[in-house]
Amino acid sequence: MDETNSLIQIKGLRDGLLVSLNDAPWDEQLSVLISHVDAQPAFFQGARLALDVSSQILRVNELVELRDKLSDRGISLWAVLSESPTTQQTSQLLGLATRISKPRPEESKDFGVDDLGEGTALFLDRTLRSGTRIEFAGHVVVLGDVNPGAEIIAEGNVIIWGRLRGIVHAGSQGNREAIICALDFSPMQLRIADEASESIGTQEKDRPQVARVNELGKLQAENWSAG
Amino acid sequence: MPAQVITITSGKGGVGKTTAVANLAVALAANGSKVVCIDGDIGLRNLDVILGLENRIVYDIVDIIEGRCRLKQAMIRDKKLPDLYLIPAAQTRDKNAVSANDMNRLAKDLRSECDYLLIDSPAGIERGFKNAIAPADRVLVVTNPEVSAVRDADRVIGILEAEGKGPAALILNRLNPVMVKKNDMLSPDDVLDLLAIELIGIVPEDEGVIVGSNRGTPVASDPKSKAGQAFRNIARRITGEEVPFLDLDHSGGLWDRIQKLAGRK
Repeated sequence: MDETNSLIQIKGLRDGLLVSLNDAPWDEQLSVLISHVDAQPAFFQGARLALDVSSQILRVNELVELRDKLSDRGISLWAVLSESPTTQQTSQLLGLATRISKPRPEESKDFGVDDLGEGTALFLDRTLRSGTRIEFAGHVVVLGDVNPGAEIIAEGNVIIWGRLRGIVHAGSQGNREAIICALDFSPMQLRIADEASESIGTQEKDRPQVARVNELGKLQAENWSAG
Repeated sequence: MPAQVITITSGKGGVGKTTAVANLAVALAANGSKVVCIDGDIGLRNLDVILGLENRIVYDIVDIIEGRCRLKQAMIRDKKLPDLYLIPAAQTRDKNAVSANDMNRLAKDLRSECDYLLIDSPAGIERGFKNAIAPADRVLVVTNPEVSAVRDADRVIGILEAEGKGPAALILNRLNPVMVKKNDMLSPDDVLDLLAIELIGIVPEDEGVIVGSNRGTPVASDPKSKAGQAFRNIARRITGEEVPFLDLDHSGGLWDRIQKLAGRK
């Protein structure tokens, strides 16, 4: 048991387990983790698992194998944390979260306007293709397109320097002040806080637009005007 | 020179992957390259039918992998083209009979045997697809000008990028210029706009393709067929030749746009 402990660490979180791996070869880690799980099936059964793989570079094959092995054992892998951009990209591709939001007190659901002024943003310098899902506890900026079938879920604002044709949910934790802007605005579906809208946007496809929740509490998009 | 391994895939089924593999193989072999094609669709083989080689199958890819025959024994030589070989899929097994490592090993052994190794990927993004792209030096994504096919192609291109197999090149299959003109079909511009990858060929819709597939003589060997010409052009582009795109619309409007898009890398 000591030997396995040096390879992996398991910590209980508010909403599941966090397993931290070190930089040992992936195959080794995988088998240690699985044998760990198999040794205490009752403890792991039905668990939601987040995995911290530090700087490990993981490709789709490897993560899929892990996810399948875990799900065979009744464990759902929902997040993979990594310092490696490749691994983060792989996780996003598989629809896994890449960060765990800190446990927050209930009242912090009420953002003030100031909270949106500044804060952490995830900058993505690429086009999000179908099947990609980005979840982030802050703002998201995309330098590229958001294609149909791609999804962005952000607790803050979403800015797309490109074409928006997928699904975006801004203010996902209930912030109704969040905005969504894009250079070319033709989303499949938009959500801000708990408001949702299917087709929204003005007819002028070539103009940048911004969507927000208006005074009437409805989602509305309008042409972007400077100032 | 060792062979180039090219995998043809699509995400969605029925867009013409197998037809593309058969036609490109025929066109490459007719130009003097030595070509081996592998049917990667274990359990649902049909490249043999389209190439008209069904009756000659003795051994298949699973026999090679499981050591029941030598590589050469499972390579079926084409009836007309002496430089074209097929390694058929197993019909009685499923995708789990083969692993990505098996495919890598097989491709490695075949590299010294030919100039081009074409792998026909099964539809989907699961194991069979992963096996088919594992040994690829280059991936061609086939799609139709339909929203669902393009959506799946987009997903597959994303996976290829994440796997480090990009950049893929696109074959737009079954384009109907008349429908595009009436705005009833996605245009090449629409498709390329979304997928934003290199276009390697546009194949017009052509009944001859179905007839050729049923008869086991791919249209690429028919000098009069427009689709056949399109496949022959793609084959030449694969070998590195610069070939202008076909004029599918005689008024020239579409042609100009395609040319413009093709120049955009």
